[in-house]
Amino acid sequence: MKIAIPSEGKELGSAVCQSFGRTIYFILVDTDTQNFTVLDNEATAAQGGAGIKAAQAIVDSGAEAVVTFHCGENAADVLKAANIKILKAVPATVREIVEKFKKDKLSELTEIHAGYHGGGSQ
Amino acid sequence: MQIAVLSGKGGTGKTFVSVNLAVTAKNSTYLDCDVEEPNGHLFLKPEIHETEAVEIAVPEFDPDACDGCRACIRFCRFNALAFIKEKPYLFAELCHSCSGCMLICHNHAIHEVNRRIGMIEKGKSGGISVITGTLDSGEATSVPVIRQLLRDAPTEGTVIIDCPPGSSCTVMESIRNSDFCLLVAEPTLFGIENLKLVVQLVKTFHKKCGIVVNKDTEIVDPIKVLANESNIPVLARIPYDQGLAEINARGGLAVEDKKYEKIFRGLLVKIEKSGGKS
Repeated sequence: MKIAIPSEGKELGSAVCQSFGRTIYFILVDTDTQNFTVLDNEATAAQGGAGIKAAQAIVDSGAEAVVTFHCGENAADVLKAANIKILKAVPATVREIVEKFKKDKLSELTEIHAGYHGGGSQ
Repeated sequence: MQIAVLSGKGGTGKTFVSVNLAVTAKNSTYLDCDVEEPNGHLFLKPEIHETEAVEIAVPEFDPDACDGCRACIRFCRFNALAFIKEKPYLFAELCHSCSGCMLICHNHAIHEVNRRIGMIEKGKSGGISVITGTLDSGEATSVPVIRQLLRDAPTEGTVIIDCPPGSSCTVMESIRNSDFCLLVAEPTLFGIENLKLVVQLVKTFHKKCGIVVNKDTEIVDPIKVLANESNIPVLARIPYDQGLAEINARGGLAVEDKKYEKIFRGLLVKIEKSGGKS
């Protein structure tokens, strides 16, 4: 199964990024083979709607779950519409998160924040 | 004469100065452009005689005509569109009504529909016309409400524009046609940093302007330094005064008290003397 994790760096040893929409990288990991690819997050520089754009990239990547600290409601709407699971991250490296995922130790992210809407216009 | 009242920081007293100026000017028009939190009506207590909706155009998709090329999604600079399960998906509150998606769709699968984002209320408070814009709860884009509000602004007489706080698009939209910009600031370090931003803004727009120091204590006055450096006159000083706080807290007008009426009378005369425009 392919899962997406916002990451501070390009390695499995990188820390999970605090931000979803504005993370610099997403690491996509195949939990069966441990193979991974790095996705540059083009939404980092978006004026507004970064969460939507980042979530769109996750949808297009074919990931079936996202592990993240935070997620805004627009991004969550995109992910949910695509039936992608949103799981709550804990402070750890990407590799550790994958291990926890495999052992089913991650809970669902329930606090979806209202987002920082304004589309850069405020 | 259109007088825009603005401040970089919230809570400096824009509405306080605006409503009292409007009453001082008598048969004036008061426009509340602080549409996320309009509160001038609490003080002017107008009788509302007309209400109109503010609507913007948003795209609607014809799923049969859409071939999933995603041109519209790539085009949207506001990321208001997503493509999920072979269907375009709109985040309406992020849409800026630019019509770009509709224009770019080679299948003509997009047309526009109206969506309400706020309302405008028109009323009278004695001789003062009070026009209030309100952005609906949960909406993100104030500019269309402000634009519609200002479209109906009279060209004659004194028009007071109570601006939103800050120095971004909403404020630029509010001061666009004003003849004079009145900058309300409080003499604190936080106050002065925000004042610097609006000074930059009004200078960029080449507006005639002046400063009102509110909550003046005469202990520290960093505003005087900035006013001198930027060559902007300080037109009035409103004291940091418990009496004023009490009047405000019960929704009263400061100008009902002779002591304060003098301040606003002097302020209005100075603005009018400046002649406005740049």
